[in-house]
Amino acid sequence: MFRNRLWQFAIMMLVFSLGLVACASTAEEAPELVGGFEIPTVEEGSFNVAMVLIGPHDDGGWSQAHFEGLEFVEANIDNVHTAFIENVPEGADSEQIFRSLSRKGFDLIFGTSFGYMDPMETVADEFPDTMYIHISGIKSNTTNFGNLFGAMENMKYLAGMLAGARAQMDGNPKLGYMATFPIPEELRLGNAIALGMRRTCPECTMDIRWINTWHDPILEKEAAASLFDAGAQVVFTGADTPAVADVAQEKGKWGVTYDWDGSCKIDACLTAPYWVWGPVYEGITQGVIDGTYQPGWDYFDADTGALGLYGFMEGETLQPGVAELPAEVIAEVRGLIAATLAGSFTRFDVFSGPIYDNQGNLIVPAGAALEQVDLDAFPEFDLGCEYCMKWWAEGITAELP
Amino acid sequence: MDQSKWLGLAVSTGAVVVALILGGVILFLVGGNPVRTYIFMAKASFGSLGVLSDTLTKATPLILTGLACAIAFRMRLWNIGAEGQFFLGAFGASAVVLTPLLGADTSPWIMLPAMMLAGALAGALWGFIPGYLKARFDVNEIISSLMMNYIAIAWNNFFIFAVWSEGGFQMSPQFPRSAWLPRLTNYSQSAPILQGLTTHMGLIIGLVAAVIIWWIVFRSRWGYEIRLIGDNPRAARYAGINIARNTILVMMLSGALAGLAGMSEISGVVHRLQGSISPGYGFTGIIIAWLAKLNPLIIIPVSILFGALILAGREIQPSGIPTLLQGIILVSLIASDFLLRYKIRFTKRTQEA
Repeated sequence: MFRNRLWQFAIMMLVFSLGLVACASTAEEAPELVGGFEIPTVEEGSFNVAMVLIGPHDDGGWSQAHFEGLEFVEANIDNVHTAFIENVPEGADSEQIFRSLSRKGFDLIFGTSFGYMDPMETVADEFPDTMYIHISGIKSNTTNFGNLFGAMENMKYLAGMLAGARAQMDGNPKLGYMATFPIPEELRLGNAIALGMRRTCPECTMDIRWINTWHDPILEKEAAASLFDAGAQVVFTGADTPAVADVAQEKGKWGVTYDWDGSCKIDACLTAPYWVWGPVYEGITQGVIDGTYQPGWDYFDADTGALGLYGFMEGETLQPGVAELPAEVIAEVRGLIAATLAGSFTRFDVFSGPIYDNQGNLIVPAGAALEQVDLDAFPEFDLGCEYCMKWWAEGITAELP
Repeated sequence: MDQSKWLGLAVSTGAVVVALILGGVILFLVGGNPVRTYIFMAKASFGSLGVLSDTLTKATPLILTGLACAIAFRMRLWNIGAEGQFFLGAFGASAVVLTPLLGADTSPWIMLPAMMLAGALAGALWGFIPGYLKARFDVNEIISSLMMNYIAIAWNNFFIFAVWSEGGFQMSPQFPRSAWLPRLTNYSQSAPILQGLTTHMGLIIGLVAAVIIWWIVFRSRWGYEIRLIGDNPRAARYAGINIARNTILVMMLSGALAGLAGMSEISGVVHRLQGSISPGYGFTGIIIAWLAKLNPLIIIPVSILFGALILAGREIQPSGIPTLLQGIILVSLIASDFLLRYKIRFTKRTQEA
């Protein structure tokens, strides 16, 4: 009895699957893009570009900004085929992904998270004909493995000015910064926020929470709530999703999101420093196709159009929480943005002396400014940085981890 | 459990087929071509030497954690802590290199066995704790071994973030070459075909371990005791078998195997201690052990299939669909177990008054 039923069931399934096959083979003929999903493969005769993402391609933040950059490349350069792989954890697992993409024959591969650095370096050695561009790292082999980043500190600085002014106006001069990992990038951006904050609100202080992840919507929410509960009026995120603004909305306070221009839609969001990767990726892809791109340490400024501050760029309107700020603050920020976009106010102007750390030590004397290597390095990297990026600016109420 | 062997095999195979069909329906509903997708998936895990090597690399830790779970489950000891024992094994192996107990210029012939020993010991220690608590105080090992996972991850993080952190980053410095398990690609100079193949010695360790565990379970006196305790603890007690002692020993062996998996992964693939070294190998080991019906030799092909499934899943983007497919296959396989245990009878419902 039981076996009979089993066989009946099996035969029924077989018939069903054959029917399905018949339907399916008539329904779809497109090779890669099938309905809502795709299989990353190369296209004969095209220049094939792949991108590896740490989060979902529609995370509302970091990964989405990169993904849109990739779409921009496909739309704007002829004969380019693109593909992506999302949710790739950093570390050993990613090495297999990079190797597999290289084996398939992709010509240019973007890796968009810090922890892909060493795996990309390893794979770049094995596939000298493929170009690897790593976002936010510190390594390059100057032949087919380069790194790329931009002066986000300018936008964070301006957002810090707005947040400081807002906290001052609300009578609660406290900010919070939800940082990811204690690496130079996160200290640099945190310090930029603090310097901006002190410019508009000298009595303001800023608290820090380390979350040790780039992408964890739950943890990001908890950390943001913890900062608000500890008294912060405005909280910044250094992580990938707009969770901070949602929490701010619940708590009746303010959040500053990051990465993607679509991340700052709700009223509790003051502004968002964001990336516009499209033109940068287009330039690099075109350069690689033409054989003119030199991989190395590529660090772009806002005059490339690749950086934005939500509410202040062309076609955007101020968020309600910013529109209420004193007119002179808004005017000052607008002036600085114009200078930033024109290239006359750069990352080295953000980090120019005198800068004191939160222990009261003078880090950068008046008249001096940080160099590029200072922005990227801890003293122990042995890269020869003079001031380095291992300090918290004045006003930050946390110790270094 | 007295069905013939072929039925078990047929039901498991049937479950995979059903799962693939269900997955096909979903692929079809989201607008994909199921057949084409499955062909892509098969190619992506077995289609060339390179991806086959990747599949075997993925299967390596799964074989060892699968064995770790299987040996414990044989005795009805529910060791859910293979994940933590994996992390501790990675830690133990790293400690040899990073403390450093052995210098960078140590011969690999000494370095690698030392790392294996340290990894296995650290894993065994992590298994000993819930084992001892179970044997001495009858503490539920499911809860204690599960909780130990979190401690293990936090323990590793402490060393990654502080003690062995390289320049403030959340990873240790890279191990010297003497601490790397040999990989196929190392021999690419004499055989160019091996270029880029990352299958490493850990696979051999896993295969040898599977044979040894098979021998222990089915051919040794100790294995007989383990099986007897699992099947009928009361009878085992009457037969004079020391259950407490065996509980501790089996948990330690289980932990040692998972620890070895951690060592093999860290020394064969990652080459440094860092976070996210395991996408849940310890938990997948539970499923693998179960699907292999706790047979150490069957664990090998099941692990390879799982390695392939993990790898192939990445061939479809966005990544939600492949995760869904993997989930469907797992649920089907586990549900098929139900068919083996119970007989389905269709009866006419009698009319109620």
